[in-house]
Amino acid sequence: MNYEGLGLTVGIEIHQRLNTRKLFCRCPSILRRDKPQYTVKRRLRVSMSELGEIDPAAEFENLRNRIFVYQGYYDTTCEVEIDESPPLDMNTEALRVAIQVALMLNMSVVDEIHTMRKVVIDGSNTTGFQRTALVAVGNENSVIKTKWGDVRISTLCLEEESAYIVESTPGMAVYKIDRLGIPLIEIATAPDIHHPEQCRDVAFKLGRLLRATGKVQRGIGTIRQDINISIKGGARQEIKGVQELSLLPLIIKREIERQLNLLKIRDELNRRLNVGEFDTYYTDVTDIFKDSKSKIVSRSLKRGLKAYCIPTPGFKGILSWELQPGRRFGTEIADIVRTVGVKGIIHSDELPGYGISNDDVRLVEERVGVPRDEGAFILIFMKEEKADSVFKLVRERLEYAFKGIPSETRQALPDGNTKYMRPIPGAARMYPETDIPPISIESLVEEISNVKFEYPEDIIGKIIEFGLNRELAEQIFDNGQHHIFFKIVKETGAKPTLVGSTLVQTMKYLSREGLNVENISDKHLVEIFKAVSEGIIGKEAVPNLLVTVAENPKVNIRRYAEQLKITEGELENIIRRIIRENYEKISQMEFKKAFNTLMGLVMKEVRGRIDGKVVHDYVHSTLKELYTS
Amino acid sequence: MLSYKGYAKSRLEALGIKDYDRVKVVKDNAVFEGLLVPRPKLLDDKHVILKLDNGYNVGIKIDNKTTIEVLSRGKPPIKPRKLEKKATSEERISIVFTGGTIASKVDYETGAVRPYESPEELESLIPELKEISDIEYYTAMSIFSEDMTPADWIKIAEIAAKLINSGSKGVIIGHGTDTMHYTAAALSFMLRNQTAPVVLVGAQRSIDRGSSDAVLNLIASAIVAAKSDIAETVVVMHATPEDEYCHVIRGVRARKMHTSRRDAFLSVNDKPIAIVTKKKIKYLTNDYNKRRDGKISLDTRLEPKVGLIYSWPSIEPKVIDAYINMGYKGLVIAGTGLGHIPNRIIPKVEEAVSSGVAIVIASQCIFGRVNMKVYSTGRRLLAAGAIPAYDMHPETALVKLMYVLGHTTDLDEIRRLMAQNMVGEIRECTSMEVYPPGGVRDEL
Repeated sequence: MNYEGLGLTVGIEIHQRLNTRKLFCRCPSILRRDKPQYTVKRRLRVSMSELGEIDPAAEFENLRNRIFVYQGYYDTTCEVEIDESPPLDMNTEALRVAIQVALMLNMSVVDEIHTMRKVVIDGSNTTGFQRTALVAVGNENSVIKTKWGDVRISTLCLEEESAYIVESTPGMAVYKIDRLGIPLIEIATAPDIHHPEQCRDVAFKLGRLLRATGKVQRGIGTIRQDINISIKGGARQEIKGVQELSLLPLIIKREIERQLNLLKIRDELNRRLNVGEFDTYYTDVTDIFKDSKSKIVSRSLKRGLKAYCIPTPGFKGILSWELQPGRRFGTEIADIVRTVGVKGIIHSDELPGYGISNDDVRLVEERVGVPRDEGAFILIFMKEEKADSVFKLVRERLEYAFKGIPSETRQALPDGNTKYMRPIPGAARMYPETDIPPISIESLVEEISNVKFEYPEDIIGKIIEFGLNRELAEQIFDNGQHHIFFKIVKETGAKPTLVGSTLVQTMKYLSREGLNVENISDKHLVEIFKAVSEGIIGKEAVPNLLVTVAENPKVNIRRYAEQLKITEGELENIIRRIIRENYEKISQMEFKKAFNTLMGLVMKEVRGRIDGKVVHDYVHSTLKELYTS
Repeated sequence: MLSYKGYAKSRLEALGIKDYDRVKVVKDNAVFEGLLVPRPKLLDDKHVILKLDNGYNVGIKIDNKTTIEVLSRGKPPIKPRKLEKKATSEERISIVFTGGTIASKVDYETGAVRPYESPEELESLIPELKEISDIEYYTAMSIFSEDMTPADWIKIAEIAAKLINSGSKGVIIGHGTDTMHYTAAALSFMLRNQTAPVVLVGAQRSIDRGSSDAVLNLIASAIVAAKSDIAETVVVMHATPEDEYCHVIRGVRARKMHTSRRDAFLSVNDKPIAIVTKKKIKYLTNDYNKRRDGKISLDTRLEPKVGLIYSWPSIEPKVIDAYINMGYKGLVIAGTGLGHIPNRIIPKVEEAVSSGVAIVIASQCIFGRVNMKVYSTGRRLLAAGAIPAYDMHPETALVKLMYVLGHTTDLDEIRRLMAQNMVGEIRECTSMEVYPPGGVRDEL
């Protein structure tokens, strides 16, 4: 694909969680998996002038009736998260990290931090706003270099993470507040990205830089990528929540595909009709379906929903037009109506189907005056009071199809596609957070500027100096394991390559096998490698020790290792026993085969408990004795 | 108008720049472009604050290497107006504003918080109010409640009485939460023969926030003012951290017990009168004055020279001398436990009483009754002439003493009046239900 010819323009925004305490209180930045200890029900109320541009009155009513349920924990969340206390001072450690990253990116840090409130009405912040502060702006030196060209960094902000959504319906949303308040660094680039791989590269380099500070959280969800993307003739889309950066190029390619398809649809629609000729309405067709054999229909009607038909002249074949693999134009409409609580749509391009017969289709066509087999329509099962507002949304999207591509905020999906979330928001409503006085940071910036920063390459280079190859060194860094690597090597004198491969490969393997590797602490690791370097156990015993610690974190590693160890006398007894048990088999074999068989059986029992070389020598000499006697 | 001072002012004035002009500031290799936002007085004169196009405010230090340039002129700010509006019908309730934040909003373009221009703005945010009753609006004053004095209480009482006597079904007073219970107690005593509800209401979270508790508090207040038959001065605030219902608390029993929580106000030593949701009232007791015909008579005789102090382990007799020398007519001491102070201070109390100063003993415990007959210290205090506060908390005892001293200086009469229940501030027995706070959950 000729991305330049397409006018592909992408900007990326990275959100990275820090591993410090929360931004405006001193609670730990941890997510809990156990059952919440209390819940609080709240409402939000925002004046119409602050609401969307599309239908502020409807949004006002929806918000008025919506209940927000917040789940909390007494020991790791406090009055601040639940908005029962003003915020505490901004977390200085988090601020330092933000300043450090800004300086590492050569950005211009502001002199006075002004914390702002960004209005949020979906309940993901208990206060009704997100606290956010701009820490630095880009200048001519703050660019990420890629082989496709330079990408400028625009801004770096420090802000609160939002609450974790448990479930959401139009009438209610449930959130957990353990996530609320965790510090996030947000780095935004200018729309200088013009190639899908370039996007991944920028995200990768920024991610690495953040990790080099050692102050960022690791794991799923701790870093999120949002992108802004447009092509020539298209419209800017905001795609949120790309969790795996390896997915970025695919997301971009699929979005290009989607936009190109929408442009094709536009052209086809305009070939068939003038937009002025397109007219539609909605009508109640419940009576046509009252005896329907379709399960989906009868279930909906039983729930008290009514069947409505929206004729869509000109859209035959368009509704089923594939925009992205597995997603059609009809899917877009379905996702739009889902945001207001309707389950989905059925459209004529998929009929007959769902148990709806050709006869039913004919009846509907007759009712709405759509030419047989020529026209098209959409069926929606919904409550009567919703019909008007749902119709407005559908009509708007259908009309826009003639113009081009609407600007939307879309959700990234794990398969590389995207789905509609909401119309792209206007300028964020922001005003000063007066509970937090402005913070003068010049002396802080001065102090941090004088520190020598460790860039990713510096750290990776240091690891390589210990004799590891580049790939392993990069893996250790990308896993965030460099601190523990250096610590173990320094404190135990264990072989660096062994430490490296254990941290990267062994731990990964054990984790895949279902082991609770979180139970293995840095202290445990140091002890294990100490035991190895002191000769108490062989390196082959390390996996055994890791498993033991993971299953029983309180185990005394040294004692366990010593008990694992066997003496040469014990070894001799084991060898003789095994020979006895397998005498029949072994005595038939010639020496070499017998030796290999015996070694296999013996090592199975003593691997890691005594030096393999010693085993080799003893097995050899014992067997030799046997053969010569 | 330029809010800057000192060095920043001189740089900006030289270019004729005013607040909200669009400017460009270049410092080293950084360029900042945006609206010049007003700078709070307490901050220094070395920085300018810009609102960038992305909405963020930033502070930039300026010096002789920084360049500033005007890009375009801004709009002059809107002059704040007093919120007043007559009702359209006779059947109405009144809302009286006494302080800023219950009726203000944010101007996102500039980031400034400005007062509502009209009651319609408040009513469009809370349309439930109009559905409950027709409303008239007044602004009595605009001060922080921590700056209020007894003179302000009197002014508020006068307005409330006038409004009810001229036909208002109930008066809601928007008030800062810090001293709302003082005002509530004062109004309870000063509004004699109260015929209709007077509701004190505030917000722990300002109304410009989406999470503001003011919404439920105002709706609940309107229901009490328009639809209840509670002819008392009450405080209406959240009953729990949730936005489900408010408590209606007798003014003389209300006390702010938490610095920031929505449910900060508790009813001390007595149950709340009722709970109110967005739709209805549920009465928790029948023991309150009910609506009646007639006129409120106002009795605003208060003696402001009355003090309120804590007793503490190293308190010296001289502390009481200070009040006597200042010409104070009364002193409420929040003693320890059942109403005790160090024995070494009691002779000073006796001295004060015999020189005509009324000494009332309340308790730092806040909850529970004062009983100075149980221990010898208390008995000595009584013998010295101290007056117990019974089951009044210290702040209500203070306000009541001011009211009583406004009517008499005769110590026996003072003692008699302090012991007499006037408006529900004293109960003969204390129920087990009223403590610990939140110990008994309300059933909706």
